[in-house]
Amino acid sequence: MNRLILNKIILILSTLSAVIGIGFLFWILFTLSYKGITSLHFSTFTNDLVEGGIRNLLVGQFTMALMASAVAVPLGMMAGIYLREYSNNSKLASVIRNLSDVMMSAPSIVIGVFVFALLVDPFGGYNGWAGIVALAIMMIPIIISTTDNMLALVPKELREAGIALGGSKHKIILQIVIKAAKVGITTGILLSFARIIGETAPLLFTSANNQFFTMDLTDQFPSLTVSIYNLATYPDEASRELAWAASFVLTVIVLCINLLGRYMTRNKK
Amino acid sequence: MAENNIIMDIKDFYFTYAGVDEPSLKKINLPIEKNKITAMIGPSGCGKSTLLRAMNRIHDLYPGNTYAGKINLYGSEGEKQNILDLKKENDFIKLRQQVGMIFQKPTPFPMSIFDNVAYGLKLAGIKDDIEGRVEQALKDAAIWKETKDRLKKSALGLSGGQQQRLCIARAVALKPEVLLFDEPTSALDPISTGAIEELIAELKKDVSVVIVTHNMQQASRLSDYTAFMYLGDLVEYNKTETIFLNPSEKLTEDYITGRFG
Repeated sequence: MNRLILNKIILILSTLSAVIGIGFLFWILFTLSYKGITSLHFSTFTNDLVEGGIRNLLVGQFTMALMASAVAVPLGMMAGIYLREYSNNSKLASVIRNLSDVMMSAPSIVIGVFVFALLVDPFGGYNGWAGIVALAIMMIPIIISTTDNMLALVPKELREAGIALGGSKHKIILQIVIKAAKVGITTGILLSFARIIGETAPLLFTSANNQFFTMDLTDQFPSLTVSIYNLATYPDEASRELAWAASFVLTVIVLCINLLGRYMTRNKK
Repeated sequence: MAENNIIMDIKDFYFTYAGVDEPSLKKINLPIEKNKITAMIGPSGCGKSTLLRAMNRIHDLYPGNTYAGKINLYGSEGEKQNILDLKKENDFIKLRQQVGMIFQKPTPFPMSIFDNVAYGLKLAGIKDDIEGRVEQALKDAAIWKETKDRLKKSALGLSGGQQQRLCIARAVALKPEVLLFDEPTSALDPISTGAIEELIAELKKDVSVVIVTHNMQQASRLSDYTAFMYLGDLVEYNKTETIFLNPSEKLTEDYITGRFG
C-alpha cells in the first residue's frame, strides 16, 4: 500500500514541477509575443535605431555572428578533428578537451572583459572586430565539442574500410568520415550560431552599440541584443516598445534556427 | 608445393599490440596459396583477425603495435617484397590496393552506389573509363542487376547483404591480388550469406582469398586450405579436407567437433 501512495505523491510532485516550468515558459512567450507583436510595425524593419527601427541592429548582429562563425567554425572543426582523429587520446588531447569544456561554461561577461582588455582598451575604443572576436571565442569550444562528439559516432570500421581501400588518412577523414558526420556537425554549428546570435554580455563592452547603419568594423557596431538592454532601461514608452519588438524578433530568429537544427537531426536518415 | 603457387608467405611472424608485453601472435608460419581460398578458424581471441589485419598492415592505423618476422608478398612476375618493411604512407597505399579487405559489418561510404566503387579507383589515381570499371566490378560482385537502375542513389539504402556485396565490388574494382575477408557474413542472414559465399567461390578465379570465419560449415564448404589457430599459435594448417576429416592435432579435432570454443 505504502509504495502505491508514494508513487502517487511522486507522480503529483513531478507533474506539478513540469507544469510550473512549462507555465513560466509559456508566460514568457505569451508576454513577449503580445507586447512584441503590438509594438511591431513595418517601419521597425526599414528604419535604423536612430529613427526608431531595428534595421541596422539586425544587420549588425548578423554581420558579427556570421563573421564570428567564419572564424570559429573552421578553427573549431579542425581542433575537433585533431582531438578525435589525430591525437590518439594523448595527455595533451585530454587537457585540450577539458579546457575546451571549461571554456564552454565560462561566463560570457568574462569573455567580454578579456576581449575588452585585448582589443578595445589598446585600440582606443569599442569596435566591431572586438565583438566578433568575443563571439568567436564563445563559439569555438562548442564547435570543438560538437565535431569531437559527432566524429566519435562514426564507426571505426568506416575509417578502416577507407584505409583498406588505399586511402591516405587525411583523405579518408575529409572525404568520408566528415561526410558521415555531416548532419550532426551542421546541426551543432546551427545551434551554436543560435546561441551566439542571442548573446549580449560579450558585446556589451566590445562592440557596444551604434544608432546608425554602419559596416565599419573599426567603429562601434550596431547590435540588437545590446540595444534591447539599453532600450529597456530608458524611461520613454517608445523605447520600451522598441525593446519588446526587438526581443520578439530575436526570439523568433533563435527559435527558427533551433527548429531548423532539430528538423535536420530528425531527417538524418 | 612449388613456391610460385604461393601469393603470400608468412614466416616466423610475431605481433604485439601497443602497451602489451606478450605477443598476441607467436611464430606464425603460413603460406597463402594463389587463387585458392584459405580459411582461418579458431575460438575468439585466438588471433585470427589479428593475423588477417597484419596482411594489409591495417594495424598501422593505430600507433605502437609491433611486428617481427616476415610477410612476403609475391608480385605477378614473382618479385617478392616483405610487407613488414614498408614505412611510407605511399607504400601502404600501394599494398592496400594489392591486398583488399572486407569487414564484418558492411561499410558502405555515405555516397551513391556508383561513387562507392568509383572512390577507390579515384584513390588509386585511375581516371579512364571509370564507368566501365564500376559496371564491371558490380557485375563481378553479382550486384549489377540490383543496382543498375539506382546507381546514383545512396548506398546506405541497400540491404545488409547488398551493402556487403557492394563493398566486395569496391575492393574487386582495384583488381587486387589478395582479398582478406574478416567474418564477412556474421552480420548477415542465411540467404545473403549464401550469396556472399557463392561470390567468394567465384572470385578465386582472379584473386587469392583469405577468410576468417567463426562458422565451421562455412570454412569446410568454401575453403581449399584451413588454418586452425589457438591462443596466438597456429596449431595446424593443411588442406581443408584433411583438417576436417583427419586432423593431426587433438586440439584441432576437439575444436571442429565442438568440444570447446
